[in-house]
Amino acid sequence: MSSLTMRPCGDFRTSYKQDNTIFETKTIRWVTIFTILALCFAPLVVDGYFITLLIQISYLGIAALGLNILVGYTGQISLGHGAFFGFGAFASAWLNTSFHIPVFLCIPLAGFLTMGVGMMFGAPAARIKGLYLAIATLASQFIIEDFFARADWFSGGSSGSMAEPINLFGFAFDTDQSFYYVALFSLVFMFIWGCNLMRSRDGRAFVAVRDHYLSAEIMGVKLNKYRLLSFGISSFYAGIGGALYAHYLGYVSAEGFTLMLSIQFLAMIIIGGLGSIKGTLMGVIFMVFLPEVLESGVGVMKMTDWGNIPMVVDGLAYIKEMTIGLVIIGFLIFEPEGLAHRWTQIKNYWKFYPFAY
Amino acid sequence: MNFELLTQLVVNGLIVGLLYGVIGMCFVLVYKSTQIVNFAQGEFLLIGAWVCWASLIYLELPFFLGFLLSLLFMAGFGVLLQMIVLRPMIGEPIISVIMVTVGLSIFFQSLMKWIFGSSPQSYPQVFDTQSINIFGLNVEMAYLMSTVIALIIMVAFYLFFKHSKHGLAMRATAFDQQAAQSLGVSVKHVFAMSWGIAATVSATAGIVLGMVNGVSESLSIMGIKVFPAVILGGLDSIVGAIVGGLIIGVLENVAEFFDSQYLHIGNMYDIAPFYVLLIILWFKPYGLFGTKDIERI
Repeated sequence: MSSLTMRPCGDFRTSYKQDNTIFETKTIRWVTIFTILALCFAPLVVDGYFITLLIQISYLGIAALGLNILVGYTGQISLGHGAFFGFGAFASAWLNTSFHIPVFLCIPLAGFLTMGVGMMFGAPAARIKGLYLAIATLASQFIIEDFFARADWFSGGSSGSMAEPINLFGFAFDTDQSFYYVALFSLVFMFIWGCNLMRSRDGRAFVAVRDHYLSAEIMGVKLNKYRLLSFGISSFYAGIGGALYAHYLGYVSAEGFTLMLSIQFLAMIIIGGLGSIKGTLMGVIFMVFLPEVLESGVGVMKMTDWGNIPMVVDGLAYIKEMTIGLVIIGFLIFEPEGLAHRWTQIKNYWKFYPFAY
Repeated sequence: MNFELLTQLVVNGLIVGLLYGVIGMCFVLVYKSTQIVNFAQGEFLLIGAWVCWASLIYLELPFFLGFLLSLLFMAGFGVLLQMIVLRPMIGEPIISVIMVTVGLSIFFQSLMKWIFGSSPQSYPQVFDTQSINIFGLNVEMAYLMSTVIALIIMVAFYLFFKHSKHGLAMRATAFDQQAAQSLGVSVKHVFAMSWGIAATVSATAGIVLGMVNGVSESLSIMGIKVFPAVILGGLDSIVGAIVGGLIIGVLENVAEFFDSQYLHIGNMYDIAPFYVLLIILWFKPYGLFGTKDIERI
């Protein structure tokens, strides 16, 4: 359908090729390309703080896409994604400091290491599913977290470990502005890869396992293989995201990778839309900007007479957490299909305006 | 080998295990009747304990009255929570249901921190003597009370489900929702009731634990520690929850003992149950007493 500029008001696709395109219409393709190009010029236009937010969106987005492949596309549940993200961060720093492998190689290697760990902890998924799986991954979250605190050789124990900035041909990506390009490149690369994965046989097998695993098995999809593969790919994404995070901050400590981080990843994909690559990005953007909006909201309130309540101003950290909880509940009750679905509805509204048919 | 310490630890483990069993029972009750895994179970403990604390400190009620008041509050709270938040989730996929309770857990945990602060508070003295000596073992008075309360709750559960009309309705709903509905059981009431009971009983456990260790956010961790116990017993078996609770309670204390005496790995008290959990899931994916799902196309 990429030959069309507008989406037709119905399904007129006649071949598998048309069904499988990344961009449904020409317009979407050009808008995407222009957005990426515009983002390349972002450091020249917007201020440094905004750049840090964009970098945050990139590394969280990569990890969240991994989780969406696992939860949204394969229908498995993982409550341990934050720990895998942390494992990637520590692994990359460890490979770099212990074996002096250049950083840009460490990042994919950390991804593969995390993939191995993820498949190890995902192995019970071959036998269990649903609630039991959720609780098994919860156990892996705690076990990995405990490992970080204990394994001094790997994570530096309680003092944390240092991660060097990325160095490519003598050019160090050690400022926010230069790292931004690394993050943007990784994000685009990983998302294109994710899109293509979902168009491949493996991607379709994931969806089949999610939709009806018994039927999938009868049709010749190897359940165990794909459940495990999904865990592997999801941890790989988490590892890459974590490694980027490590080399961006330059310092990794074990405190950041708690159950709360895993829940935040889940919140991102639920808010964005389960089983939607575009939605993943929307959810990440939402979750990154939510605390900022709250903070500036409280900042504005503080300046007015009636709003300067000490309880609100001092309790900002708690309010942020409470809002995360509320947003999760609200989305699940009122918009279970997430922002991606809402976006489609808005588009449809304008497409059919003023007559809704 | 220090046998005296080991016995003391095993007894402590049994006492704490009984409490795990009680919390696990609530968990299984909610799961069996409404098919919802409650990740906010720990927050029930937390809220109950804080409400009781507030009624003792701010309202200056005697302990018994404050205790009753907080139980009443929690019963209403559980029912309201089910009606407002969980009822729209009926029929949604598992991940959504799990995430709603996770969201509730985050929300109430930070709400409690916001209202009551993050530092632990202790209850006013309830008993005159702190600990008594039974067969040469030191048992704290509050622990003794917790054991008695836990046993009372278990017996009450048994009587309720075996001999009361509502208990029968709940069992019927858990067995076959549609059949129960067609025979005149109000499934709505059953759902609300199971959440109310779960909240009340968890709050009791929370208050008892709060009397021993003080009230703080660490109470909500109990909601997570109960998972190994219920998985061990099988998610849908009440007896299994009690047995699992006892096993986990003893296990974490024994693991702590061997760790401090021989292994020196550290933090075994918190982590050992999760290792056990993973190992169990490898060999018995439906726990010790859980029913195996048989699926038909």
